[in-house]
Amino acid sequence: MLKKLAPYTKGYRKWILLGVLCSVGEAVFELLLPLVMADIVDVGIANGDRAYILSKGAEMIAMSLVALFMGVCAAGLASKAGMGFGANLRKAEYDHVQEFSFSNIEKFSTASLITRLTNDVNATQMTLMMGMRIIVRAPVMMITALVLAITISLRLSRVFLVAIPLLLVAVGFVIKKVGPMFTTLQERTDDVNLVVQEDLSAIRVVKSYVRENREKEKFSQRNSRLKAASEKAFGFVVLNMPLMMLVIFGTIIAVMWIGGHQVYAGIMGSGELISFFTYVTEILISLLMVSMVMMMLTRSIACGRRIVEVLDEKPEITDEQANPALVVADGSVTFDHVYFKYNKKTDAWNLEDINLSIRSGMTVGVIGGTGSAKTTLVSLIPRLYEATEGAVYVGGHNVKEYTMEHLRDACAMVLQKNTLFSGTIRENLRWGNEHATDEEIAAACRAACADEFIDKMPEGYDTHIEQGGTNVSGGQKPRLCIARAILRNPKVLILDDSTSAVDTATDARIRRAFAEDLKDTTKIIIAQRIASVCEADLIVVMDDGRIAGAGTHEELMKTNEIYRDVYQSQLEGVSIDG
Amino acid sequence: MSRPGGGHGPGGHGFQKPKNLGSTVKKLMAYIGRYKAALVLVALCLVVSSAGSIAGSYLMKPVINDYILPGDFKGLLRMLILMGAIYGLSALCSFAYARIMVHISQKTVAQLRQDLFDKLQSLPLKYFDTHQSGDLMSRFTNDIDTVSEMINNSFASLISSSLTFIGVIAMMFYLNWILTLISVVFLFLMLMVVKTIGGKSRVSYKRQQGALGAVNGYVEEMIEGQKVIKVFNHEKKARESFDVLNTEYRDAATMANTYAFSMMPAMGNLSKIDYAVTCCVGGLLAIGGMFDIGGLAAYLTYVKQFSQPITQISQQVNTILAAVAGAERIFDVMEAQPESDEGKTVLVRVRKEGETLTETDVRTGHWAWKKPDGRLTELRGDVRFDHVVFGYNEDKVVLNDISLFAKPGQKIAFVGSTGAGKTTITNLINRFYDIQSGTITYDGINVQEIAKESLRRSLGVVLQDTHLFTGTVADNIRYGRLNATDEEVEAAAKLANADAFIRHLPNGYQTQLKGDGGNLSQGERQLLAIARAAVSDPPVLILDEATSSIDTRTEKLIEKGMDSLMEDRTVFVIAHRLSTVRNAKAILVLENGSIIERGDHLQLIEEKGRYYQLYTGQAELN
Repeated sequence: MLKKLAPYTKGYRKWILLGVLCSVGEAVFELLLPLVMADIVDVGIANGDRAYILSKGAEMIAMSLVALFMGVCAAGLASKAGMGFGANLRKAEYDHVQEFSFSNIEKFSTASLITRLTNDVNATQMTLMMGMRIIVRAPVMMITALVLAITISLRLSRVFLVAIPLLLVAVGFVIKKVGPMFTTLQERTDDVNLVVQEDLSAIRVVKSYVRENREKEKFSQRNSRLKAASEKAFGFVVLNMPLMMLVIFGTIIAVMWIGGHQVYAGIMGSGELISFFTYVTEILISLLMVSMVMMMLTRSIACGRRIVEVLDEKPEITDEQANPALVVADGSVTFDHVYFKYNKKTDAWNLEDINLSIRSGMTVGVIGGTGSAKTTLVSLIPRLYEATEGAVYVGGHNVKEYTMEHLRDACAMVLQKNTLFSGTIRENLRWGNEHATDEEIAAACRAACADEFIDKMPEGYDTHIEQGGTNVSGGQKPRLCIARAILRNPKVLILDDSTSAVDTATDARIRRAFAEDLKDTTKIIIAQRIASVCEADLIVVMDDGRIAGAGTHEELMKTNEIYRDVYQSQLEGVSIDG
Repeated sequence: MSRPGGGHGPGGHGFQKPKNLGSTVKKLMAYIGRYKAALVLVALCLVVSSAGSIAGSYLMKPVINDYILPGDFKGLLRMLILMGAIYGLSALCSFAYARIMVHISQKTVAQLRQDLFDKLQSLPLKYFDTHQSGDLMSRFTNDIDTVSEMINNSFASLISSSLTFIGVIAMMFYLNWILTLISVVFLFLMLMVVKTIGGKSRVSYKRQQGALGAVNGYVEEMIEGQKVIKVFNHEKKARESFDVLNTEYRDAATMANTYAFSMMPAMGNLSKIDYAVTCCVGGLLAIGGMFDIGGLAAYLTYVKQFSQPITQISQQVNTILAAVAGAERIFDVMEAQPESDEGKTVLVRVRKEGETLTETDVRTGHWAWKKPDGRLTELRGDVRFDHVVFGYNEDKVVLNDISLFAKPGQKIAFVGSTGAGKTTITNLINRFYDIQSGTITYDGINVQEIAKESLRRSLGVVLQDTHLFTGTVADNIRYGRLNATDEEVEAAAKLANADAFIRHLPNGYQTQLKGDGGNLSQGERQLLAIARAAVSDPPVLILDEATSSIDTRTEKLIEKGMDSLMEDRTVFVIAHRLSTVRNAKAILVLENGSIIERGDHLQLIEEKGRYYQLYTGQAELN
């Protein structure tokens, strides 16, 4: 995984190197101080040499100033490298997601992709930044201190043979025990959050059925379980500190005892003994830091892995077989023995043996029950999904022969779950055509019957739309989306159940406008209402992934039972809305 | 660090300042204050452990001066045993206080979480309309976490740091006052560093958070609209705008983190300079006979300990401020006005013998309203609106002077365009919202006099948006009546025509639903919601677009079931498919919050008004 992430440090490698050097320098200079101090005590004080003490003192101050400078530089460099790496990674991931086809997006789900692009990248860049300081510093501190301690007294350094393994075992024990406890803790936290989330969205159901007390009870049980888990986990973590204290204090006492004898015997200076104490603390604390970094790393490794998963995902649909010069000539659409399934592993087909021929400029209605694969059928035209078997032709060529850009420029689709973006109405409409003039925009809105409500808004086309289009009504949103699609001036226009939320009268007016203004455009309309499609040149009746019938209204009334059924069931009532 | 608002330092915590520090801390203290005895014990342990580590360092002086240098090893052993005992006690105490704090903090946080959840359940719908669920959710996650973090760590750490700091200064002074003066100068230097770096850090951190918010917001919006981006070939543009925001965040974050992470090396190395100066001056003093080697050793240990509390305190102040800001948001919810319920009339089961009603616990199929004075009125399902005026906001009227009545057993339908006020009317019957003027009566009783719980128990509601809970399919149906048997659950599912698809699920009725039943289609979810209402067997039923996602063919299939569900009940139906409402006793056509037509299907057709127009819309089709 590190190998996969490493390339994204590009442009910042020299800063990383320099930062690491600074960290090492800082650590080394810091640790040399006690050694000089020992000289002051053992030589300066012992000989009563004031000049020696002053010169050694100046040496120490100079060393700390260098350490200070290097430390601050290291901090700056680590930030620069960490944040630069984060920005590179975020960009690479985001750009890669732009290449994704629909099936790639669905595989990850929107929410998970967002987390991977935000939290996960942030955690990873933080790790690099902190890591540059702590991961580098702690081992350097430890090794330097160990070397210096050994130079002072090899015999005395043997205490580390006991102390270091002891601390490692103690810390290792805590980490090993705590790992599964934190997993449990996370699971139970998720449990609690799930109840909150569900209740927030289903508060009307809870209140309607007067289930407040039951929900409180449910929450209370999970909350207690969470409390027990967290008390157990954190209760164990707090063992870390006292254990470390015991080992450090024990070592200091041992050093006093052994070192005391050596000082008395004249093998060692008392200054050296004092500096030895410093190294004892430094070594053991560094060790503890390393173990803490390990804990932190396990978390960011999980984040890094999730990012790599996204980066490794191969876009399902590519321009590999495309001819960049080819553009869509007309709006004819042909399905030739097309089979499709979303999940390659399942046996069942989502679309089975679809054969369909649509001439340019035709109006085609698609009708069928929930789950009959209407949306799947039309999604293959702009190549949002790839036919598993068989081929789809637009303008006489297989859709694979066009670049996605050319194909989708020519085939505008209004999705069922459509999105408006934050910005003005005009900006949103210009998604369809960047260079559209105000007149063109107004004309498209007229055709989509969107002009009537836009004109009523105080700021007209400059009205600001909130993220997700929350401030336009359910009947207005699809009309804006239709206008946006019309602005593309497409060869094929696909409406996926876009007019169900629009009232019948407006629906009829939109269809009339289509017939007049978009004569040369092939119009493919998925609808619930028979009224929306009955005048079409061709009506396709879908049933369970197959075409159950195709023809005009009159033909289908005669030959197709499903169509007749749907017609009968709607005859008795009228749909209204708006 | 006398000013609590002067928090800064590394760690990358939020600099959100609480608005009302004093009162929030007080409320928080009320929670923690429940564990007074434990807190006293914690304080005791803190004092012992801080004193122990300070005393341990001090013992260096006699150990070196009186035992090692003269070579008194018997005495040395005694001293080392004493040191060991002090250190051991100190370690034990620090474990004890940490462990007790975990207990206190986890209990407090669990209580806080429970209180918050309980409170949420009691809030009126208006509160949920005006607060985003993501925002409320973050109070359970982020805010509770920061509070937990604070009680767990900051609290004890702040006290122990302060104690250590005071103890160390005192001991330094006791050991050598001249050296202490030098250290005090360095203390001021350190405080200045904290102040300057902290100040810059705060400003640049704010910029970083702004830039981060912009990047995250953009990513969120774009990924959510990713399919539209693909359809419109908008990838290149999406990348360009992203690049700008990403670079801006990188620059802001680099700056902010440089400041934040400079704090540690700056403070640490300032203390090293102090160490160097101390060595030098201490050496000179020792030559002059004004200090000794053992004392210097002990003093140098204190110099190393001296900067730690300052760094720690400056870090903790940030955590604490963030936590208090979080606690403030939690208490905001807890102090919100709960749903008012002044109703005293309650719903009871009754046995009916002739005209006399007697209260009972057995399921008899008969219900009655029990007034505060004990009188029983049979529940019949007679609902009347009398000149009702309502708006979600006081200044914007949604329903204007609505009067209507539903006699027991009648099916009343509301028809009209989106936003005409159909759903609003049903929300008033079960008192999700309170009306501004007029009256609504239920079996002759003003609904405001009925306890909300009783009122809602008498009404079964199938909402437009179906919400399912994590659990089995059977659990979800049983939500309507918790003690329903398996047979009753299945019968209800059959009634709603849901039985067939449930049996096709991997584990039938025991299939686990996850994520609001995301793997079921919208239509299947609605069938479950109908089954849920059927099992609850309420005297009055409200169907709000209950079949809107079910295609017309399936709707025909469940028609019989729906008919038997509605039999003998007062039913309010909202639908925009007119086939669903044709057989209603009365159809009310709403427009802009007023009833413009009323009557049964035939009357309305004859009237040739709006309803007729809607109907002829269909006629054109023929």
